[in-house]
Amino acid sequence: MKNLKKSSKDHLITYGILLLVYIVAEILIKTGNMSSLMQGILVPVCVYSLVAIGLNLCVGYLGELSLGHAGFMCVGAFCGAYTTKMLQGTINNEILLFTIALVVGVIMAALFGFLVGIPVLRLKGDYLAIVTLAFGEIIKNIINVLYIAKCSDGMKVAITDGGAIEVDEAIGEMWLVNGAKGINRIPHLSNFTIGMILIFVALFVVFHLVDSRSGRAIMAIRDNRIAAESVGINITKYKMMAFVISAAIAGAGGVLYAHNLSTLTATPTNFGYNMSIMILVFVVLGGMGSFRGSIIAATILTILPEGLRGLADYRMLIYSVLLISMMLFNWAPAAVNWKKKVMASINNKTSKKGQVE
Amino acid sequence: MAMLEVKNLGISFGGLRAVDEFNIKIEEGQLYGLIGPNGAGKTTVFNMLTGVYTPTDGSIVLDGQNITGKKTVEINKAGIARTFQNIRLFTEQTVIDNVKIGLHNEKQYSMLTGILRLPKYKKIEKEMDEKALELLKVFDLDGEADLLAKNLPYGKQRKLEIARALATNPKLLLLDEPAAGMNPNETEELMKTIRFVRDHFKMTVLLIEHDMKLVSGICEELTVLNFGQVLCQGKTMDVLSNPEVIKAYIGD
Repeated sequence: MKNLKKSSKDHLITYGILLLVYIVAEILIKTGNMSSLMQGILVPVCVYSLVAIGLNLCVGYLGELSLGHAGFMCVGAFCGAYTTKMLQGTINNEILLFTIALVVGVIMAALFGFLVGIPVLRLKGDYLAIVTLAFGEIIKNIINVLYIAKCSDGMKVAITDGGAIEVDEAIGEMWLVNGAKGINRIPHLSNFTIGMILIFVALFVVFHLVDSRSGRAIMAIRDNRIAAESVGINITKYKMMAFVISAAIAGAGGVLYAHNLSTLTATPTNFGYNMSIMILVFVVLGGMGSFRGSIIAATILTILPEGLRGLADYRMLIYSVLLISMMLFNWAPAAVNWKKKVMASINNKTSKKGQVE
Repeated sequence: MAMLEVKNLGISFGGLRAVDEFNIKIEEGQLYGLIGPNGAGKTTVFNMLTGVYTPTDGSIVLDGQNITGKKTVEINKAGIARTFQNIRLFTEQTVIDNVKIGLHNEKQYSMLTGILRLPKYKKIEKEMDEKALELLKVFDLDGEADLLAKNLPYGKQRKLEIARALATNPKLLLLDEPAAGMNPNETEELMKTIRFVRDHFKMTVLLIEHDMKLVSGICEELTVLNFGQVLCQGKTMDVLSNPEVIKAYIGD
């Protein structure tokens, strides 16, 4: 019972920190104290936090290594942007438009999570990592050869052969997806507030999932698959549940990402292997199983490269040094002990104060 | 009707006949022992009873229900729960959560109920907490309910594994070497616990054990397995004084 209270207290602290950060950031923006560089980075921070939360569910709680989360993000981004482009003329309310795009993006990412999950969740360890990695690359490459256009005589779809479709923009025809050129002129619907709301919703879902019957089943599979089976837990069902929710959250991150850009393309830098690894770095550095840690790591590691821009050539050098120091600070036994000591002394002081009063 | 009736159970791994012509009949409420030298096939029998391995031939009937060749999850639902030779707890979760995972199929609510925290969530979680604490109390583990399972001492981990198995509300409890790695005092306590489980929960228990003191102390009937075949079967005292059994254990 105590444990339950402790965990919900922990969740409240996380919500509190986020709310505080949001308010401070909004004040800084309103009073004109935030540089445009920083303002531009707020939405990406939310995007990567979201995807990291999703991946943490898969890696930290289900215990399965996925290297394809950039792929689910990519699915969410393209399906979301595509929906917005389709409905742009008919729906004028921006929030409604974004919500529909979000729902479509999330559902499509979840669907892909399900489809990939059917074969993939039968695999273990390295094999799962390899297949998810391949999935991420395949998705990206498929989108790069996909052509969809809205023409006067209906929708036209082509694969690899984009030249077969003739689009005359003068008469209102337009490309929806133009191969490697991606989706153009996406309305800028994302903002920091929406990003924060999405993070709150994602946290609400994962916190409550983890602290429920289904969450315990998921963690039981991670801790001991054979024992989980022996107490009657349906392994496939719960693995799939965690994987699909994880993919769906990554998809939400993708939708947010897409609506922050005017042109969305699938390149190795935004949806490639490196991005999947980057998200994994957020998760590992923030601590597997700690959603708050994922958000903090994603925030710091997204802001850092931009903040270090002034250092030009030395940027990546310093970045790597900081990355290693963060890792040591989080995981080296000496640092862990030191942190425990500090926490204990703080707790002592506060409890003493409480007694005096 | 017998609680468990196994007929002509056998399994081959390639050319190796691991268990052959295995027969056993356990009445309701019995404390039954399965013994034999290392490599005799005892754990293989357990793995067939719980669906980890699919038997090559033979049949397993639990309380009138044929469970031959079913999957582990279905067999658990049909009423067989087990513990493992090398303890398999959910180490990164608390003691009480381990038991609550055992209650997974007893007390159900959907994923959405959990995420949205509907009233049903609170109600069932409360029932789960109560039932789990009740079980932990039986094993004198209620004081450690909020500890991580991996931080429990060895003897208590064994007990927690039994508590978790009982949480699934089984008809038959399989214990795979419950006294392994225990000192004489712990073994003594374990014997009391097993007897208590049988009496308190009206449980039928089948256990594998090497500790002869435990076997002769609590088992009413025994089956001796040697090289995958039943060597001898019957009342504990008769079996243990059988010269064939002594020969199998100690040699000529």
